Amino acid sequence: MAVEILKEKYRSKVGEVVLGATKDQGGTRSHTITVGGESALPYLHFEGEIPNRPVLALEVWDMVPEEWDPLFEKYYGDVWNDPGAWARKCVEEYGADLIQIRLKGADPDLKDASVEDCIASVKKVLEAVGVPLIVVGCGKAEKDNLLYAPIAEAAAGENLLIGVAELENYKAVTSACMANQHNIIAQSPIDINICKQLNILIAEMSTAMASRIIIDPTIAALGYGIEYSYSIMERARNGALQGDKMLAMPMIGNVGLESWRAKEANASSEDEPGWGEQEERGVLWEATTAMAYLQSGIDIMVMRHPDALKAIKANIDDLIKDNSY
Amino acid sequence: MGLTGLEIYKHLPKTNCKDCGSPTCLAFAMALASGKASLDACPHVTDEAKEALDSASAPPIKLVKVGVGDNVVELGEETEIFRHDKRFFHPTGVAVLISDTDDVAAKAEAFEALEFHRVGMDYKTDLVAVKCDSGDAAKFKAAVETVAGKTAKAMILIADDPAVMEAGLGVVADRKPLVCAATADNFEKMTELAKGKECPLVVRGKDLHETAELVEKVVALGHKDLVLDSGARETSKVLADLTQFRRLAVRKKFRPFGYPAIAFTSKEDPREEVIQAGVYMSKYADVVVMKAAEKQQLLPLLSWRQNLYTDPQKPIAVEAKLYDIGTPGEESPVYVTTNFSLTYFIVEGEVESSRIPSRILSVDTGGVSVLTAYADNKFSAETIAEAIKKSGLEEKVKHRKLVLPGHVAVLKGALEEESGWDVIVGPREASGITKFSKDNFA
Ligand code: B12
Ligand code: SF4
Repeated sequence: MAVEILKEKYRSKVGEVVLGATKDQGGTRSHTITVGGESALPYLHFEGEIPNRPVLALEVWDMVPEEWDPLFEKYYGDVWNDPGAWARKCVEEYGADLIQIRLKGADPDLKDASVEDCIASVKKVLEAVGVPLIVVGCGKAEKDNLLYAPIAEAAAGENLLIGVAELENYKAVTSACMANQHNIIAQSPIDINICKQLNILIAEMSTAMASRIIIDPTIAALGYGIEYSYSIMERARNGALQGDKMLAMPMIGNVGLESWRAKEANASSEDEPGWGEQEERGVLWEATTAMAYLQSGIDIMVMRHPDALKAIKANIDDLIKDNSY
Repeated sequence: MGLTGLEIYKHLPKTNCKDCGSPTCLAFAMALASGKASLDACPHVTDEAKEALDSASAPPIKLVKVGVGDNVVELGEETEIFRHDKRFFHPTGVAVLISDTDDVAAKAEAFEALEFHRVGMDYKTDLVAVKCDSGDAAKFKAAVETVAGKTAKAMILIADDPAVMEAGLGVVADRKPLVCAATADNFEKMTELAKGKECPLVVRGKDLHETAELVEKVVALGHKDLVLDSGARETSKVLADLTQFRRLAVRKKFRPFGYPAIAFTSKEDPREEVIQAGVYMSKYADVVVMKAAEKQQLLPLLSWRQNLYTDPQKPIAVEAKLYDIGTPGEESPVYVTTNFSLTYFIVEGEVESSRIPSRILSVDTGGVSVLTAYADNKFSAETIAEAIKKSGLEEKVKHRKLVLPGHVAVLKGALEEESGWDVIVGPREASGITKFSKDNFA
């Protein structure tokens, strides 16, 4: 009996965004990475194209991440006082496709690192590795707004991905990216309308920037509100395929950061004997969170544990295989 | 899936004889459509019409039950492609696989011990699958016996040889296991076995087409409690096939796929296996059979199942009130949080494990988390101060010290002013509460 395969016909597709620039293109990266371009729901190759693999970044801080679970010391302890060495280890040993440097040290309540310090940290990473770079601030808008322009300028030509732009605070980062042709992370609080509105505002500042946006719909960890972000992402991706241009951008999420806030990742085996061995549980907490977002259409994930990255890479290898009928 | 009155009317005798109590056939059809009448009331409908109406009004995916009593696992009766369109209803059954060549008793005992407690909920694996790898009917039978003796949970019996299946099924037929599987080679015998014992049956083709064909043959033999398996075992292929099962059933009412679906992991590495099972759970498997069975491997997966199957339409809230943890006295500490059940239970768990009798004031935030409520002004100095007044807290404790979630430390000043209480800023994550309470209240 011949089954009539049900293929959805979509009107549109997700835009592609290129990250990084090689020497010929005015940068210093050894290669570029293209994300997006999907014309089908996640990994349904039978009804459209998934031209680019989702990619995995590892996060590097410009200071020792004291708040991380102590188990990370054995992976990063020898390098985490040097962002360059840290980034190199992430790429060469752990297989990160790209690096996200978080300028946590700029936080006025932590190290209050100066603009110059921050530029130096970014430069160290650029020199240490050839992969494209994501640069995000410390999370405090007043300080971050002072950083965007000088960093964007210092790394002109590198085609960075810089974040984050939010509805209440998008102008400084947008103009920094505009002036030096970088890409931008537009973050909205799990709200499809705010997501669109922010993209429209950025596009109004510069039409060229519209095709340089990566959406961060805000994610939560497994067990901590993941179902909300999962559904928002599914809705955004459906919207993109149905022709909503203001949703037709690739998506990014801070999987490592969110997952390792969860108690299930951090509680020791002694404190929670009913939950099994801690490190494996933490790795799987992160990897399962990542698995879910791959199924809702994410394009870039910032991971933390090298083993979670490895396991999810194997899953991507499988998902990317053609399943056309 | 409801039919409209007119669709039903087409199948009625159209004689307006009034025997049903309705003035006309059309009126009767309307009453049927709105659920106010039952088809039995019309003595004149033909059998064909009855069948057409039954199948047209049946849900797109049949509900299939595995197991008996308290251990029944309900599969199927899903109506959506995306959870945000309504919700998913029957959580994917998670089955742990035991081979008859394993140390069956030890594995069964480990299986029975699997259950978790987190955020006020109990999570468990619901099925155990016993598989014949030995090719030996006696060995399989013994394995089924051993497992059945160790656990009362629902079972899946996996064997392709009907003679082997018969041996195993003979032992546990009254527990209504899922018989796995009918294939092109054995479906007549397998259907006879499953139908004879009234047990649900997996139908496995070598692809979607053959699966549809086999389903029709099995249905023609009179068995309808079926579970689909397209035979695919590679992640990407399984994802595609499960998607087709769901879409064709829900969107096209394609009858051969109107049954729940089963998926089997194929990865050897347990981490990769958990992730693979997660993919199948996300995209439409009603049962997943897997080997990984350690607590740290199943906790993440079962948590994902819980999240995926929550109803997106209603935030899960606890009653907003003052909760006693242990038997608190007039000097016991007071914590404040929201009435989002996830938040509340996380906090409750931590306060409990501090072993210091305490009170938790759960503020009505409409069932949303701390920062969500804060951003929307539902967890503010005013709402918290009001909750303090309303809860009668001021009569119950002598002190005036309130522990505030670290994420909303900015509320401290305004809240102190508004309530007259001293506000102690607690840790950001609830997991810090145990240590915090030892340092502050022990
Ligand atoms: C899921 C989610 C939603 C869901 C709501 C789900 C729900 N029922 O709460 C939806 C989609 C509806 C939503 C909506 C909005 N959201 Co929202 N949401 C989230 C998200 C992704 C996760 C929240 C969550 O469930 N956390 C899990 C729970 C358990 O965390 P929690 O309640 O904070 O509890 C923890 C701690 O606070 C602590 N704790 C709790 N109580 C106590 C008590 C004491 C004494 C102590 C010591 C500790 C403690 O323990 C818990 C575990 O560690 C976060 C981002 C993120 N990744 O965290 C954004 C977030 C909270 N949302 C945000 C915003 C802005 C909004 C909106 C206002 C956006 C909008 N304009 O539409 C709306 C408001 C909606 C409304 N009208 O109510 C912002 C808040 C920003 C801020 N700092 O103010 C966030 C942080 C996202 C962001 N980065 O922008 N949201
Ligand atoms: S009993 Fe049947 S045939 Fe007679 S009016 Fe009612 S619906 Fe029509």
